[in-house]
Order: sequence, then structure tokens, then C-alpha cells
Amino acid sequence: MSNELLIQHEDKIITKMGKAFLSERVVYRGKDLHRDLKNTSWLELFAYGITGKRYNPTEIKLLNFIWVSTSYPDKSIWPNHITALAAATRSTPSLGLSIGMSACEASIYGGRPLKIGIDFFLRAGRSLKSGVELEQFVDDELIKNKIIYGYGRPLASSDERIPHVVNFAKEQGLADGQHLNIALELAALMNRKKGLSMNVAAIYTALGADLGFSPEQFHLFMTPCFFAGMPPCYIEAKENPEGSFLPIRCDRINYTGHKKRNW
Amino acid sequence: MSKLKPMYHSNIWFEEPEPNDPFAAKNCYCHGYNVFEEILPKASWCEYLYLLFKGERPTPEKSVLLEKVAMAIANPGMRDESVRAAMNAGVGGSTAASSLIAAIGVGAGQYGGAREVYTLVNQWQVLGTNLENWQSFLVSPNEVNSQIDIWPEYEHAPGFNPNGESCSTPIKQSLALFSTLSPSGALSWLEEFRIELEKTTNSPLSMSGVIACALFDLGMTAKQAEMLYLLLRLPGAAVHSLEQEQLGWKKFPFFGKNTILTDDPEAIVNSSTGVLKNE
Repeated sequence: MSNELLIQHEDKIITKMGKAFLSERVVYRGKDLHRDLKNTSWLELFAYGITGKRYNPTEIKLLNFIWVSTSYPDKSIWPNHITALAAATRSTPSLGLSIGMSACEASIYGGRPLKIGIDFFLRAGRSLKSGVELEQFVDDELIKNKIIYGYGRPLASSDERIPHVVNFAKEQGLADGQHLNIALELAALMNRKKGLSMNVAAIYTALGADLGFSPEQFHLFMTPCFFAGMPPCYIEAKENPEGSFLPIRCDRINYTGHKKRNW
Repeated sequence: MSKLKPMYHSNIWFEEPEPNDPFAAKNCYCHGYNVFEEILPKASWCEYLYLLFKGERPTPEKSVLLEKVAMAIANPGMRDESVRAAMNAGVGGSTAASSLIAAIGVGAGQYGGAREVYTLVNQWQVLGTNLENWQSFLVSPNEVNSQIDIWPEYEHAPGFNPNGESCSTPIKQSLALFSTLSPSGALSWLEEFRIELEKTTNSPLSMSGVIACALFDLGMTAKQAEMLYLLLRLPGAAVHSLEQEQLGWKKFPFFGKNTILTDDPEAIVNSSTGVLKNE
């Protein structure tokens, strides 16, 4: 038992990632932010901040379209619904947007499928390279973890984003990677085995794997992926009268709990 | 547009409308009890809290235990990471909500946070009071996970402080009190075998370990315990955030000069002239 580690780290921040020399300069992962990175797009900077790697313009275009393709300004979608509620109660933009983004780290969409999904494709890619058949790998995975994220979709039976993202990747010459090929081959396999159709998480994560992201890096990169859909939701709910976003009558609660009783 | 009217389903909450306004409740019921007619005048805060989570009134013993748990963690103290997060929001005059969200986000984690409590309550349900099984789990806590997750792997034995010299007095005091309030529960077992478990993990019991055990004895599921731990630690975050805002940023530590950059390209600009040194 020891507090030695706390003593070592007391009162200092030791970092290789960066520092703001206020009134002078800022270093961002070994580069001067205002000189070396001044022509960097925000998305490229974000990807560089996560990976330390400079993605080329074609790769950035694809990463950008991954975000664009899933930015839905639709208040019925749960995270956007939260943002709209924040506006309807006249909360602030930062609160509305940040809580919407936090909710995207969900189990049945967003964070968990994306992180577990890219890990699946990276493991599948390594196994296939070592000679394992895809069907055998999938069978083992289903026995071990019951589901494969990226196949099946809550609320819908197909995914409108898939052809757009796959075609976009083809247009950029980035649709030939091992992991995307696995994802597409698996689509037929999962349909046959489980009757499930592919959702875009399989495509996003396979492309992420092809672009060299680790699961942790891709988790970070995809954190704001739904974000651009949220400001329109906030704005319109704010334009509407306060409290007017889907008000609920008392009788819309279907109560199935304990009958009335005295304390 | 769908003809079916959307419904929210609940086993917890039921409302009867005012006769003149379907959007205003005349009576609110929580698990069958009229909230404003019966619970508000007759119940304590902790009795109501327990009812909300468990659907039944607590026994007097459980009510006292929950109240003492709530008191023990109401203020984790201003050195705690979750409270520091709240203070960092408060000192700059950020919104009140951002202070609490900061405390929740930081206090949600696996190092002294709510996810640690979640993990432990899950294990209490599986392992009970089997010392050998607990020892096996504590030395390799990640083996229960079949795959990667949004939560990172544990870097320490859950419920134990990897950076402690010995079990601190408030933790021992809390455990001693709680075990008297739950004499036949896991808390008493934890108190009896604390030193044994500390030897296994080579680290002292932490407050998250004590609270997880108490919430298990209160009958909370892992997810309920995680929520309660997040909720009950907020008062300290709130008051310390307010306090630092009032004291002002000049009195609050800023670590710019204590930040050592190990990957620093050469300084290129003379800050007084704005001229590039290399040109």
C-alpha cells in the first residue's frame, strides 16, 4: 500500500500533448497551433489530436462525410429530443448540445456499437489474415457475445445511410479496405444466419478500421458524430413557445404499477 | 401522422388530471401512494427516495441506513475529482448545471466513481460473501468482461484505493456505523474481512467500496446503485462550485506554470514584436 504515485504527480502536469504559453504560443501535439496547423480544417485537427496522425485530404473528406451522413436535424431522435427539450425549457445552447452529445454514448446506438464494432472488425481482420474463415469467426463471436454490433437496427429495418457512405468511399478510392469488405460480406451472412440487415455502424466502424483507428481513437472521433443535427433542433424549439415541445397530458402515462394505497 | 396516441409506460408514476386541464396533475401517485396528500406530510426524504427506487416503503432500519449513506457521501470533499470538476466550472462563472454535470461526468468513472459502485454491486449479487471468490475477482476484475466496452478496463481492484497507505478513518467510521445498521448483511461481512481483502489487493478499502456494499444491503440493483451514487454526491459539488465562484479565480489554483511540455517545438515568435525568429 502506497501513495507514492500521488506524491510523484503532485502539483505538476507533465505532458507531451500540448501547452498554451499564454501571450506567446500554443503547442498542439508537437506542432505550433498558429503556425504549423493554421491551414488545418477543424475536422483534420480533431483527427490529428486523437491519433497524432495527419490524414490526407481524401481521408478527411471521407471522415467528414461519415459525420455529415448521420447529422439528422430530427427532434424525434433521442439525443436531438433532449436538445429540443433543453430549448423548450429555455436552457442554454451549451447545456442543450452537450447533454445531447453525452446521450449519444448509448448501448443500442452510438458509442457502444461504434467502439465494440471497430474492435470486432479489427479482430476479424487479424483472424482472417491468419487463415480463419469469416463464418467460423462469426459463429464464435455469436457464441461468446450473442450479438455483432452493426447488424440489426432499432426502429427501422434498413439503413438509408449505407449506400451513400459506401458510394462516397468508392468515389474517394477508399472502399477497397479489408475491413469494409468483411462488413459487406458479413451483411449477407448475418441476414442468412439471424435475419438481420446491416446498419451504418458496420460501415462506419469498418471504414474506421481501414483508416487505422484503434477502438479508443474511433470512440473519441465519433463522439460528436450526431452533433451537427442538434443545433437546428435547439433553434426551432427555441423559436417555438416555451413548453410547447411535445407536451404530455396526464392520461398519456400508462400506469401498470401498484394500485392506490395509504402511507 | 400515426393515429395511435403515443403513450409513456410506467410502474412508478401515475397522475390524475385537474378537471379543467388535462396537462395539470390534480393527484400524483408514486407506487400507489398519493405524493402530495400522503408522502409529503408523512414521509422523510430518504423514505421517499427508497420508495422511488424500490417501489416499497423502507423498513426503519433501511431508512436510517440510506440516510446515513446519503450523509456520508453528500460531500466527497473538495479534493475529490468530481468536486474539483464542479469547482473548475464554478470558478469561471459557468452555469450551475455545468458544475453539476461536470461532477456527474467525472464522478461517473471507475476510479472512485459510480461505475465502480455498479461493478461492485453486480459482484455482490454474484459472489455474495464468499471470501475466496471475492479474492479471485479483485486480483483480476477485468476477466468478467467478454469484450471491449465504452468503459475502460480496471487498473485497480474495484472498491479499493490503489494509492492509499492505509484505510482512512472516515471509511472505517462509515463502515463501522453502517454494519451496525445492517448487522446480518454484507456490510458486517465486509467489516470482518476488510483487512483480509486489503491484503489480497495490497490496497485499502475505499469509500466507493463501502457505499457499494451498503447499497447492495439496501437491495439496490447495480444500475440503481450507480444512479444513487451519482445523485447523492452532488451537494458537495454544488456548494464548493458556488464557493469558488464567490472567492474568485485569482484565489483558485491555475497550473499553467506547473505544466511541463515534453514535446515542444522551438519557440518561433517574439511575443513582444510578433516577428518570426526564424525569418
